[in-house]
Amino acid sequence: MIYDIKLRISYDYAHLAAVGRHVACILPRDLGAGQRLIAGLLDITPRPSERVDRVDFFGNRLSEFGFRNPHLGLALTMTARIDRNDLPPQMADSVALADLPRAIAGLADLGPDSALHYLSPSVRVPPDPAMTAFARAHLTAGMTVAEAVLALNGALYRHMTFDAKATHVDTPASEAFAKRHGVCQDFSHILITCLRGIGIPAGYVSGFLRTLPPPGKPRLEGADAMHAWVRAWCGPRLGWIEVDPTNNKLAGLDHIVVARGRDYSDVAPIKGVMRGSGRQKSRQAVDVVPVAG
Amino acid sequence: MARKAALSKTDTQLFARYTPLPGVPDELADASGAMRAGWGPLIAHLSGLSRAGVAAAFARGDQHLADAGVFFRKYGEAEVSARDWPFSPVPVILPQSDWSEIEAGLIQRAEVMEAVVADLYGPNRLVTEGHLPASLIAQNPEWLRPMVGVVPQSGHFLHFLAFEIGRGPDGRWWVLADRTDAPSGAGFALENRVAAGKVFPDLIGKSNVHRLAGFFRSFRDALDRLRQSPTARVGILTPGPLTDTYYEQAYIARYLGLSLLEGEDLTVEDGQLRIRTVQGLAPVDVLWRRMDGLWADPLELREDSALGTPGLMSAVRQGHVTMVNALGAGILETQALMAFLPAISLHLTGQRLRLPNVATWWCGSEAELAHVRRHAGRMMIGQAMSTRLPFETNAPHAIGGQLRGIEGVSLDGWLVAHGAGLMAKELVTLSTTPVYDDGALVPRPMSLRVFLARTPQGWQVMPGGFARVGRSNDTTAISMRNGGSVADVWVVADGKVEAETMLAPPTAAFVRAQPGPLPSRAADNLFWLGRYVERTEGLLRLIRAYNSRVGEAAEPLLTIIRNRLKIYDIDVAEAVPRGVRDTLGSAVYSASQISDRFSVDGWSALKDMEKSMARIAAHATPGNDAAHVMSVMLRKVAGFSGLIHDNMYRAEGWQFLTIGRSLERAAMITDLLAAVCAPKAPEGGLDLAIEVGDSIMVHRQRYAVITSRASVIDLLGLDERNPRSLRFHLDVIRARVADLSTLRPPGEMTEFERMVLQLQTSITLHSVQTLDTAALLATHSAILDLSPALNAAYMH
Repeated sequence: MIYDIKLRISYDYAHLAAVGRHVACILPRDLGAGQRLIAGLLDITPRPSERVDRVDFFGNRLSEFGFRNPHLGLALTMTARIDRNDLPPQMADSVALADLPRAIAGLADLGPDSALHYLSPSVRVPPDPAMTAFARAHLTAGMTVAEAVLALNGALYRHMTFDAKATHVDTPASEAFAKRHGVCQDFSHILITCLRGIGIPAGYVSGFLRTLPPPGKPRLEGADAMHAWVRAWCGPRLGWIEVDPTNNKLAGLDHIVVARGRDYSDVAPIKGVMRGSGRQKSRQAVDVVPVAG
Repeated sequence: MARKAALSKTDTQLFARYTPLPGVPDELADASGAMRAGWGPLIAHLSGLSRAGVAAAFARGDQHLADAGVFFRKYGEAEVSARDWPFSPVPVILPQSDWSEIEAGLIQRAEVMEAVVADLYGPNRLVTEGHLPASLIAQNPEWLRPMVGVVPQSGHFLHFLAFEIGRGPDGRWWVLADRTDAPSGAGFALENRVAAGKVFPDLIGKSNVHRLAGFFRSFRDALDRLRQSPTARVGILTPGPLTDTYYEQAYIARYLGLSLLEGEDLTVEDGQLRIRTVQGLAPVDVLWRRMDGLWADPLELREDSALGTPGLMSAVRQGHVTMVNALGAGILETQALMAFLPAISLHLTGQRLRLPNVATWWCGSEAELAHVRRHAGRMMIGQAMSTRLPFETNAPHAIGGQLRGIEGVSLDGWLVAHGAGLMAKELVTLSTTPVYDDGALVPRPMSLRVFLARTPQGWQVMPGGFARVGRSNDTTAISMRNGGSVADVWVVADGKVEAETMLAPPTAAFVRAQPGPLPSRAADNLFWLGRYVERTEGLLRLIRAYNSRVGEAAEPLLTIIRNRLKIYDIDVAEAVPRGVRDTLGSAVYSASQISDRFSVDGWSALKDMEKSMARIAAHATPGNDAAHVMSVMLRKVAGFSGLIHDNMYRAEGWQFLTIGRSLERAAMITDLLAAVCAPKAPEGGLDLAIEVGDSIMVHRQRYAVITSRASVIDLLGLDERNPRSLRFHLDVIRARVADLSTLRPPGEMTEFERMVLQLQTSITLHSVQTLDTAALLATHSAILDLSPALNAAYMH
């Protein structure tokens, strides 16, 4: 499936900012057979005084840019064409949950995809006894890791309500979990916390969803902004699988990967520091349109 | 006795009565009870002094430290307090032979450390080949992923290191801790040496003690050589005045002639690091980092860091700045790493570590965990990835079989449940060194902090350092956690040592040192210090005027005063209103941000003012009592202002402080004049202005007793000789701004300068007739507009 993607993020400041420095992480990744990046472009206005494009530790495409002149805001426009193929994971290749510790102990790899990075607490995913208990309660004897991941993905979908008003970008996952309300970021952080709590390596994926569903299918939650889901490691043979707890499905043809990290703070679409005062308003608009099958 | 033959009996009486602890090596007495080499002159000197003489000598050391303002900050539960530096005047003396062994061992360790850190951020062979467990790195918060693949511009990760070492029961030296990220203490070592020199004048010279200056000169030269451009500066990156070793950082910065920089002082342009100064952006190529790596850049490292510089990591990646040490070097402080270092040394260099580290086990492998479970009673056990010893953290830990900081689990259960997250170290004991206590020398446990600097000739070891000395005679290393004192370390050469100093030789031509460019942040704080102190004074005067009139004067006049005070959230129902205390608090805060540019006396005067005001606020009552205490406070403010005016060096910092002060005074007096000279102003307003303007006597001399609108406008508005007038302060601002014109290219007047010139000229041309209410109001708002304009002109 070939998609044309357009993302526009803008910030309007109430007062002039003297200088600003930002890092954007919004260009989709090229992942080989599953997701090929045909073309991708990031345009920034006003024109930054400096800009460096590079790849981070996890392989994500970043643009660092800075403004040295007074400015009243900024706008990012990302356009990309993607070829997405569905390569369904062979779930039978997953190790048994009971054998996972031994599989992890055998790892001696520090590369970006090494499961070892995704086990310990990270900035937005501190350990949480309540979530670990929730996770344990949904396990059954003899499960494989992949089965456990799917079980928890479904359990969260049933227990949580999608609610764009309940949380904001800095709400801790524990608070969203206590309220049982949140958006894709909360669903994803909660699932990651649950999985790490029971020893399954889990990471955060940011990306896009197809805007309009194929005829006869329901529109997915999260399609009007950038989306987030979860990847989990199921042992050396199966490797990573990606699941979307907000929509209770495996990430597939409708999901386009922008970035992967341990949690949101590794892949935040835009990070920044500006010198100025006053409030700011931000807007985000996404279009993901299939051009050909 | 033969062993004391060289010295007379009185010379050694302190030694004769000295009793080392049984079975513990001692630095003064060897195993046979004989005095070790190097101590003779010191013991003879001390023995020759009366108790009063010793007390007087020690007092000289303490006095020096107090005069120099040596302290370190401690974070308590309730507040941050500054503590005196706990100096123990009796040095630890080490003979050259011992020292040579320490030097060789630590240099070897430094080389191994460099190889390890270069591998961990490079090819990662130690992990892939199984010399280090992958999880110990991947799950380590000190392994900074943005540094992976970065090769430091200098070619090295490590340039300055500290090691904590101690002497074990067999007399050999052991490494207790590695300090590789942002080691502190070099400045303390230097200050201890100066203090010891005050306590024992001449003795250091006579005793062939190695000097420290040569080490610092080599390090300073090495830092200069790391620069890529000869015009770039070298700075110390500090977390700021709230850090516990800030004093030491400011001291060592002055001693080495380095800029002391906070994250906010720096900015990154096109990958180049720059200092924000009042003169524009100045290049800086080398940072001696005293800030933990994780905090250095909020964009790529800890996003909640308010201490760092956005883009710093980018400058590092692009090879435009050398960090001493490289970001990420903190990974080497990982406690569990010591378990693997001996084997890594053999693997990488083919050699054993000459100076062993304390035996350490990582509990992540079955055999080691089993060993630790069997011998937990002889170990201290804590977090594997911590960079601090277990007892230095709040995390659960076990010492000698006692589990602390966690409930409801047995030690063995804890070990099994958290294996890979834990490490264990053998409990070591330390040697003792003498401290002077009530007329006698008594043995106390000690460890040494030793410093190494990389120079073009290789690693150089500071011949000395400082010793941490325990409080009791418990010689287990953990006794140090209860604090104690610090002592100088004298390394005694076999032969004569050259006297060295960082100072230029007396024969060299005199060169007047030029102060470096003033950082914008410092200028901003000085400007606001001037404003806040002046605002405090102005508010005190208004509050006094209010309290001396309340109950007597008519309501419209009181309303005029209340309206002035309302702007600053001041409620006149309080005798010492919260708002005025907050204003003074802001002055203290501004001053605290620049305490290294501030005299000790000035700082004390300001703190004293704050304390007095808090004390008075608790008791004073509105009315005459409040009026009286305002007068007391006004005298204290005048004392502070006098101190500043008399003592402050007339450089840019003073100009900013003065502009702030004059701007505030001009604004306050103009606001008051506009109110009391308005066409329908209430009676008594003119006298109020003369009183608040502290000009009663002058007015009486010049215009007789009766105030008129004209006389008041003339004296407080237009008289250029009255230091309380609007005109006087606009003149001051104009003069100081003219002094600052050297900061910009000739002929390129800033908008701020234009505004000052225009305003000062317009007041100069006014007469008592033309300076009416409308003109006063316009002037007031023009004065307030100067503040953002000054910001735009100088705060780059």
